[in-house]
Amino acid sequence: MENVKDTQWPIWEVFIQSQPGTPYKHAGSVHGSDKEIAMQNARDTYFRRNEGTSIWLVPTDCIIASNPDDAEMFFDPSNDKAYRHPTFYTMPEGALNI
Amino acid sequence: MTHQEALLTLTLRLGDDPLILGHRLGEWCSKAPILEEDLALTNMALDLIGRAEVILRYAAEVEGKGQTEDDLAYRRGERRFYNHLLVEQPNGNFANTIARQLFISAYESFYYTELMNSKDATLSAIAHKAIKEIKYHLKHASDWTIRLGDGTEESHHKMQEAINELWMYTGELFETDDIDEQMSESGIAPLPAELFGKWKSLMIDILSEAKLSLPDEGFMQTGSRQGVHTEYLGYILADMQYLQRAYPDAKW
Repeated sequence: MENVKDTQWPIWEVFIQSQPGTPYKHAGSVHGSDKEIAMQNARDTYFRRNEGTSIWLVPTDCIIASNPDDAEMFFDPSNDKAYRHPTFYTMPEGALNI
Repeated sequence: MTHQEALLTLTLRLGDDPLILGHRLGEWCSKAPILEEDLALTNMALDLIGRAEVILRYAAEVEGKGQTEDDLAYRRGERRFYNHLLVEQPNGNFANTIARQLFISAYESFYYTELMNSKDATLSAIAHKAIKEIKYHLKHASDWTIRLGDGTEESHHKMQEAINELWMYTGELFETDDIDEQMSESGIAPLPAELFGKWKSLMIDILSEAKLSLPDEGFMQTGSRQGVHTEYLGYILADMQYLQRAYPDAKW
């Protein structure tokens, strides 16, 4: 495979906000030769059916991902410590969401 | 010419441009340079078909003979189509498609801005919706013109060739006849000739940013205002109208 060149443009991760004030959610990725073309491609790929009101783009190589090999060390220690979860309080009357 | 006849011709002219250009852009489906561009071009095709549908529906209403927008699209003869020659030109390579889109979207951006103020409430409402789509089409086309023109030697060459080849179809956009005069006097539509200055200065801006040169005015093709077309429209209509002609009123 070493002779196979990637002829595609750089990849950008697309985050969309469905309505003002809500968190941006990862929608997928697009190719784009630069940020303007990537923005147009994101719009054309992910915003065709009223999906949202705002777009964030991040070059994929700017995303720092955790290493799957670190999963045990990173995530397992919190599994068996129920006292880390705020589930031992009585909900005050009248509070709908805490 | 009665007001109704003039309004009918105007609405056919306005409806046929997006119908034919939408058909052309749809031909890119599954053939565009990359997947994202495939979506972009066909998205624009859908915008255009949608616009054609509402304008031709209005044309059918103005005509008052009980036809629908589908009758006008699928059962009208070539000589009664009034789209500009520019939009029926073949897709060619990607640069040809972008040059065609740049010329027409820039023209439409000025035309529809004026049309928003139309005294005809239907056309004004259509223009308010269409202008948002047109602005996007113009941005898409101008961004690509700049990138191809100011790109590699090959992309620059192809973009300049596309501009040169299609240039002779731009004069027609600004042709102004009795129908335009009549519609302008009634406050219904702008005079195309009056948009030329703005259009040309926008072309100068975009092409100079793209390091491309603006062709000389030169010879300009004409004919579509009278329903006379290049050889390409007949093939488009054969493709588009075949089913309705062979199986009238066919249902899915």
